[in-house]
Amino acid sequence: MNDVIIVGAGPAGITAAVYAARKRMRTLVLTKNIGGQAALSGEVENYTGFQLITGMELAQKFEEQLKGFDVEVRTDVEASCITKKGDHLLVNTPSGELAARTVILATGRRPRELNVPGEQEFRNRGVTWCATCDAPLFSGMDVAVIGGGNSAMDAALQLDAIANKVYLVNKNDDLAGDEIMKEKLLASEKVELINLAETKEIIGDTFVTNLRILVDGEERLLAVGGVFIEIGSVPVNAPACEAEKNEWGEVIVNERCETNVPGLFAAGDVTNIPEKQIIAAAGQGCIALLSAFKYLSTHQFENGKK
Amino acid sequence: MTDITVYSTPTCPYCKMVKEFLNEKGVEFKEIDVSTDRDAVKTMVEKSGQMGVPQIEINDKIIVGFNKEALERELESE
Repeated sequence: MNDVIIVGAGPAGITAAVYAARKRMRTLVLTKNIGGQAALSGEVENYTGFQLITGMELAQKFEEQLKGFDVEVRTDVEASCITKKGDHLLVNTPSGELAARTVILATGRRPRELNVPGEQEFRNRGVTWCATCDAPLFSGMDVAVIGGGNSAMDAALQLDAIANKVYLVNKNDDLAGDEIMKEKLLASEKVELINLAETKEIIGDTFVTNLRILVDGEERLLAVGGVFIEIGSVPVNAPACEAEKNEWGEVIVNERCETNVPGLFAAGDVTNIPEKQIIAAAGQGCIALLSAFKYLSTHQFENGKK
Repeated sequence: MTDITVYSTPTCPYCKMVKEFLNEKGVEFKEIDVSTDRDAVKTMVEKSGQMGVPQIEINDKIIVGFNKEALERELESE
C-alpha cells in the first residue's frame, strides 16, 4: 500500500512529493498536469530565489526537481471522491480504487464558469477562458469580456490592442481591481463598460454571434464573435467529498494542513489558506507532507508498518 | 513519419507545453503563429471548427489543447 497519494502537481503537490521522496515514503502522484495554475501565470517576481521568472519556467523547474527523485507520477487517471476505509483511504478513479495510508489533496483551483445556456456548446467556438492564449484569434472582431476584476480588465486590455470593439460586461456597479488598469480601460475608445449587467445566454450557430445580457432590467443583445469569461476561480474540491469545506467550497485545514478526515491532508489553493500565492501553496505542501509523515509514524496500521 | 503542425500564439502557456512535449519526444513539427497570420487563423478554424489554441494537426486529425494522452496515442500510431 502507498504511504501517500498526492493528488495534484502544482506548487503544493510537487513540494509535497519532493518531501515525500526525501522521506523515502512509498508515493504516488495523480495529476492532470504539472505546474497547475502557476504554469499559467505570466511573470512571477515574488517567488524567493528568482527575481523574475515566468510561471511556465517555474513549473518546469518544479518538474525537473521532482524528476530527480524516484516518484511515480500518473497523468492518466483523475481522482474523484476520496473515502476513509478502516485505517486507510481510498482514492476513487475511473479505473478503480487506489489505497493509501495518507492522502494529500493539492488540486488547486480552476476558472469559474457562468452556467448560462450556450457556454459549453460554444466552448472553443468563440467562448474562451484563456485570453492570453486565444485573444489574437479575435483580431478585428467585436468581443465581450465577462467580469469586473483584475483578470477581466487584463483580458479587456489585451483585446483593446487587437479587437475592433470590446464590451466589458460587469455584474457589479464598478470595476474592482488595480486603478491603473481601470484608468486605461476608461480612456480607451474601443472599450464599452457595461456595469450592473447580468449575462443570460451565449447565442450562435457554428460560432458565437451574440451575447444576451440584462442591464438594469432591460435586455441587450450584443453582436460579438468572442466571449472571454474572466469571473474568478473555484476550488477543485470534488475529491474532498468527505472533508469539511467552507462557504466558498474550500477544504478547511488547520495549521498542520489536517482536514477533519484522519489521514487526509490538503495544501495550496484548494484549501481555506487566506492568500492564494505560489509560494504559500508550496509552503503548505511541505507542511502537509510532514504532517502525513508524522501521522504514519504515530499510527498503528492493520497490515503492519510495511 | 507524418507531418505535424502546431497552431499557436506566442503568449499561450499550453502552446509552450505542447511544443516542449513534442521536443522531448524528439519529433519534428511545423509551427504556425496565428497571432500574426490571419490566413492561418482561417485555415485552422476551417479545418477544426474550433477557435482556440493550441491546435495540433497530426495524422489528419486535429487535437485542441494540450492533451498529452491524445498526442501520445497519435505519435504511437504513426
